[in-house]
Amino acid sequence: MSAWAQHLPALQVGVPLLTTPIIVLLRPHGLSWAAATLTSCFTFFIAVMLTVAVLQGQQVQYSMGAWPAPHGIALSVDAFSAILLLIVTGASTVALLAARQIVNAEIEASRQPLFYTAWLLALAGFVGILVSADAFNIFVFMEISSLASYVLIAGGSDRRALPAVFKYLVMGTIGATFYLIGIGLIYLMTGTLNLADMEVRIREVSDQKPILVAAGFITIGLALKAAVFPLHLWLPNAYTYAPVPVTVFLAACSTKVSLYLLLRFDFFLFQPNLLNHNIQFSYFIMPLAILAILAASSLAMFERNLKRLLAYSSIAQVGYILLGASLVSLIGLTASVIHMFNHALAKAALFLCVACLATRCANLRIDSLRGVAKQMPWTMAAFLLAGLSLIGVPGTAGFISKWYLITAALDEGLLGVGLIVVVAAGSLMAVYYLWRVIEAAYFGKTNEGAEIVGEAPLGILVVCWLVVLSNYYFGLAPSLPTTLSSAAAQILLGQVP
Amino acid sequence: MTVFFGVFLLTLLLIVAIAIVRADNLFVAVMLGGIFSLLMATIFFLLDAPDVALTEAAVGAGISTVLYLAALALTAEREKRHTVHQIKALVVVTTTALLVIFATFDNVQFGDPTAPVHVHVGPWYLENTQRYMDIPNVVTAILGSFRGYDTLGELFVVFTAGIGVLFLLGTRPKKDTEAAETLIPQQSETSEGLRNYLIPRLTGRLLVPIILLFGLYVQFHGEYSPGGGFQAGAIIAAGIILYALLEGETAALRVVPQWMLMALMAGGALLYGMVGVVGMLLGGQFLDYSVLADNPVTGQQLGILLIELGVGMTVSGVLLSIFHAFAARDKY
Repeated sequence: MSAWAQHLPALQVGVPLLTTPIIVLLRPHGLSWAAATLTSCFTFFIAVMLTVAVLQGQQVQYSMGAWPAPHGIALSVDAFSAILLLIVTGASTVALLAARQIVNAEIEASRQPLFYTAWLLALAGFVGILVSADAFNIFVFMEISSLASYVLIAGGSDRRALPAVFKYLVMGTIGATFYLIGIGLIYLMTGTLNLADMEVRIREVSDQKPILVAAGFITIGLALKAAVFPLHLWLPNAYTYAPVPVTVFLAACSTKVSLYLLLRFDFFLFQPNLLNHNIQFSYFIMPLAILAILAASSLAMFERNLKRLLAYSSIAQVGYILLGASLVSLIGLTASVIHMFNHALAKAALFLCVACLATRCANLRIDSLRGVAKQMPWTMAAFLLAGLSLIGVPGTAGFISKWYLITAALDEGLLGVGLIVVVAAGSLMAVYYLWRVIEAAYFGKTNEGAEIVGEAPLGILVVCWLVVLSNYYFGLAPSLPTTLSSAAAQILLGQVP
Repeated sequence: MTVFFGVFLLTLLLIVAIAIVRADNLFVAVMLGGIFSLLMATIFFLLDAPDVALTEAAVGAGISTVLYLAALALTAEREKRHTVHQIKALVVVTTTALLVIFATFDNVQFGDPTAPVHVHVGPWYLENTQRYMDIPNVVTAILGSFRGYDTLGELFVVFTAGIGVLFLLGTRPKKDTEAAETLIPQQSETSEGLRNYLIPRLTGRLLVPIILLFGLYVQFHGEYSPGGGFQAGAIIAAGIILYALLEGETAALRVVPQWMLMALMAGGALLYGMVGVVGMLLGGQFLDYSVLADNPVTGQQLGILLIELGVGMTVSGVLLSIFHAFAARDKY
């Protein structure tokens, strides 16, 4: 075992990546799902092992092909990537566990191996980005994850997904190209692609012009992929028309991987080397974050489709994550990273409830969900509990991140008071838009002529409740995410944890 | 001289690019796209990057054009007129271009030997390729071994694209397939492709074996001259696509059936990955080829040969699968 421990970073990517050519050939019905789920579980297990190693203070480094960096490609895992690895692999695993029935209903058996192959490719792409310590290698895995995500979103039976995914494809490609242009400019000035080497060599660059433009390209490109307001236009329809398990997976992690890169590049490369870049970053990101919280939450308040409502809520949550980061302080960044974790928990739980609803209800408009709580009590109870976590009620995971965010804002004086008002307003709006769903489900009169539906299949319900309860576990015992995120914040600010 | 030709070709490139944007006949746009790629390939060649030039020529000018045409057969030839966002798009594109020019202006001179990219990792590769791998083509050494993990990733990008096209275009309504099979009788096969056109068929048939042979040369000679798996896969796929265009898709599927395409796609990716895993099992790092043989240099050569083979298999499998997926769509 110990011999394999040193290979963990390579296995983290290698296991999901190299299983895909095998899964695509698995013809017998149901086997591809089982193999994909098993692989995802194993990937999650590797992420846990890596996290344990990081928590023990080990330096997790790996040289691909045994070539020393910067000549070869290096992998490295620290607290920041570890917490994201947990989010991504965890989200993929719970979504796959809940996926079988819905996928069986939506995708014919002959195409299912291809679907699960694309799923694992997306997973491998995301983890590949997270463990990589090489700017171009990150781009390669960004391509894998993006391509596979487009395929997954377009995979359902809803034809409206196709125009939605085309929009996502065009905007995502622009985002990736901008990232590549930025990397190209940095490579031009430093001659290296290894991130650690770049950090050193960028200090010797006398002309800041190309680096500044590179910062602009990388920030905007990644913001586009992270659906930072007002670059979020691709997200609502993509999440709405995707098959529900895919929405669970992508909503929990895909924008967060781009945010991870955004923070990593800005705090490692640009802030230490560009004059006053921390102020530029703060002035640029903070208004966008505030706008995202207020505008996306108000859009959610008037949205009629449950999936799109939650999608708008996701855009608002990206705002909270960036708001913490825009304070450029230790607690602010901790709030930002911990909210990535907690929002993934809450949103995964909510979309899993949607998955439960989708097994029984033909359409997910709030109007047509009237009175559904009587027939699906467990599902709606889970929705209510997960909703409380999204709002940030004490005792839930969502509360922890809001608490850190408010603490960070209090350090900022008058500006901080304004920010607290924004956070409070956003939370109140969340109460309103979630209440609309709860009200319809619990107090609405069942639509006339609506057929009697039963509770969701037990398999999906169990997974859903598991995630809901973990929202409360990490609300009451938040030591794991707080340890990891404060270590991540220290790393980002260049303090040795 | 290089500068003179460079400016000349780049000017042509600009003219073609503007013509593509302005063309509202999609067939014209596709043809101009082919010319654009060919010009790009020439520029790459001029800049001493024959490996990239070969890829660009085979994929950009060759196969993409065929795929665009196959897609065009499924839709209309003329673009719908809508001019709403054109001004905004122009502003965005111009700003982006100006920013890039602003950033690079006067910074690194063309061909400057003291540029950062030429003094840091570059010389290390040039000095050590001989020592570690004993092959003359440094590009192959970098792509195959030093940055082999990137190439593995790129191979999986190609694989993902193949999976995506098969998954999304694979939705043939059951009834339609049966209906199509009963409606189109056997005789349709003889009217497929260019069977009734004698001259293209004869010249084409002469070309196919030469293209395939060249593809194999590029595949197995990649360590010594420009080339490698990506280029070879594209060239071989282009040869078989040419055969399909001449003799009809059914005939091409008889030569390389669907299951074989799938096996090529998955098998190539798996082969590459397994070379990495075997390196791990033999006590090295992932994708460490030095441990594959007793002599590290032989191990490196063996590893590069195997992974290039994997790349060639997957690339040709994916390109042919995409072509067939489009062509099959055309029938319904």
